[in-house]
Amino acid sequence: MVDQTEALTELGEHIASKMPDAVRKFDVRVGELNLYAERDQIVALLDFLKRDSMCMFEMVVDICGVDYPERSQRFEVVYHLLSMRLNQRMRVKISTDEDTPVPSIVGLHRGADWFEREAFDMYGVVFSGHPDMRRILTDYGFEGYPLRKDFPLTGFTEVRYDDLQKRIVHEPVQLTQEYRNFDFLSPWEGMTSEIPGDEKATTEEEGA
Amino acid sequence: MADDMKSVPEEDRTFTLNFGPQHPAAHGVLRMVMDLDGELVDRIDCHIGLLHRGTEKLLEYKTYLQGLPYFDRLHYSAPMNQEHAWCLAIEKLIGLDVPRRGSFIRVLYCEMGRILEHLLNIGTFILDVGALTPITWAFEEREKLMGFYERACGARLHAAYFRPGGVHQDLPQDLIDDIMTWCEEFPAIMHRLESLITENRIFKQRNVDIGVVDEKTIMQFGFSGPMVRGSGLAWDLRRSQPYEIYSEIPSSVFPVVIGKNGDNYDRYVVRMEEMLVSCDIMKWCIENMPKGPVLAKGTKVSPPRRAEMKNSMEALIHHFKLYTEGFHVPEGEVYAAVEAPAGEFGVYLVSDGSNRPYRVKLRAPSFAHLQAMDHMCKGHQLADTSAILGSLDIVFGEVDR
Repeated sequence: MVDQTEALTELGEHIASKMPDAVRKFDVRVGELNLYAERDQIVALLDFLKRDSMCMFEMVVDICGVDYPERSQRFEVVYHLLSMRLNQRMRVKISTDEDTPVPSIVGLHRGADWFEREAFDMYGVVFSGHPDMRRILTDYGFEGYPLRKDFPLTGFTEVRYDDLQKRIVHEPVQLTQEYRNFDFLSPWEGMTSEIPGDEKATTEEEGA
Repeated sequence: MADDMKSVPEEDRTFTLNFGPQHPAAHGVLRMVMDLDGELVDRIDCHIGLLHRGTEKLLEYKTYLQGLPYFDRLHYSAPMNQEHAWCLAIEKLIGLDVPRRGSFIRVLYCEMGRILEHLLNIGTFILDVGALTPITWAFEEREKLMGFYERACGARLHAAYFRPGGVHQDLPQDLIDDIMTWCEEFPAIMHRLESLITENRIFKQRNVDIGVVDEKTIMQFGFSGPMVRGSGLAWDLRRSQPYEIYSEIPSSVFPVVIGKNGDNYDRYVVRMEEMLVSCDIMKWCIENMPKGPVLAKGTKVSPPRRAEMKNSMEALIHHFKLYTEGFHVPEGEVYAAVEAPAGEFGVYLVSDGSNRPYRVKLRAPSFAHLQAMDHMCKGHQLADTSAILGSLDIVFGEVDR
């Protein structure tokens, strides 16, 4: 674990020194390298990471969005990269808001296609230069971006088969009971392996 | 018919065909809009999401323990492998160690899941290319394995057996003995299955040199699992980035099986061989399984034992709080991946320090593989698409999530 952290820190320093315009900062946490990058430089950065002999990140394992509504740039787009040759992984993060498009990396990694479509579908992050920016997982004609934090879990519409119209109809969602979102948060610390009070028993025994 | 074809002018031979979502060879609910040039595939547009259940959204509203059973419903033919990735992500963030016996049981059941999944895949794949018998043989074995699932956790499919910190309950000795007996019988059944398919002329004609995957495709599309190994790349997360006790298994028991040509046929062979390897790993696990606890004791993530709760108020409170509030996971983010039967199944977990995940992204191998359908089928015959689809090992639970 310590070796790994050192090696990853070294790798992060290497990338930061070679691509100073693209890298904002980097850190190594729980044995994983996180690189915070500039949005406009993402294509150049991933191209470098793909070709550089110390990186060789030829594979994009995953691309996803994360929503932080309290930030001015509310969305993070997270790229998970893997190098099969050097057997190493890393994570690249950029941030954006609802309106600013992110440069698409489909030209570099064809497999990014569906992952970018999914991020668009779920968060409404637009990728500029993407050949086919359609929704992917949600229903035909779906509106809204379901994984945003301000989108309710129950959604806005529900679907049923209407026997009179002989077709599927979409209606505003009606719940007989509100969705119950229990707040269990408490200052409870959980159990320790030693039960309180036990220490008295042992000291008494020892005393006796 | 042939005369009719000739009379059609060349430019009119292109047409669009709608494949699925209810087609039996669509492996669930895949809809493909195919542009065909006569019999040749020009372009495939996959429409997915018909089984989308919003797992990632639901997970944000559930505690870590409540979220666990959703993972069974992703790749529903090998449920425990998915749970495993979830547990590993949580354990990595908390910094929790799994007791050795727990680790052995996990590996035992993961390999069982791999056999379950490969049997299903090979059965349906062969059904797609025209053989009816093998799936019935494969399902007979699946039935026995699901019996072992049931005896360990009470459920045949949706197990919820792996828990952060180990597995929920210990295995009784007679179950372990029965698994061992099954492991000894299984290679003979595999041999019988193989004699039916591997050298079959029709099967070979449908699959050799069909859907060839080269290294460039693998890198471009982010392939993993048998899709990579079928092309001769020895990449297996169990070996290259080992978790649990995989690093201890000697390579005589667990070699990385690779193919050569990267076509449908090689992927089939790789899966068949992997099942035998999995069987050997299961045997090794049983032979070397230590005694001891199966779930990390004295931590916040594991419930107290029933007997303790009778005497200790603290244990009773802990039990109540664990199953209502759940445990807290320290702030941070982590990506944990396992070698699921289909390939790399990853969980990207962002925690804000509360009792619920802030964001979970499930990285499904089938999603990445299905994406390459257009690329792999281009120029192939229409009939080859179902063979290629079968060899991709698609399960819609995890494609659509």
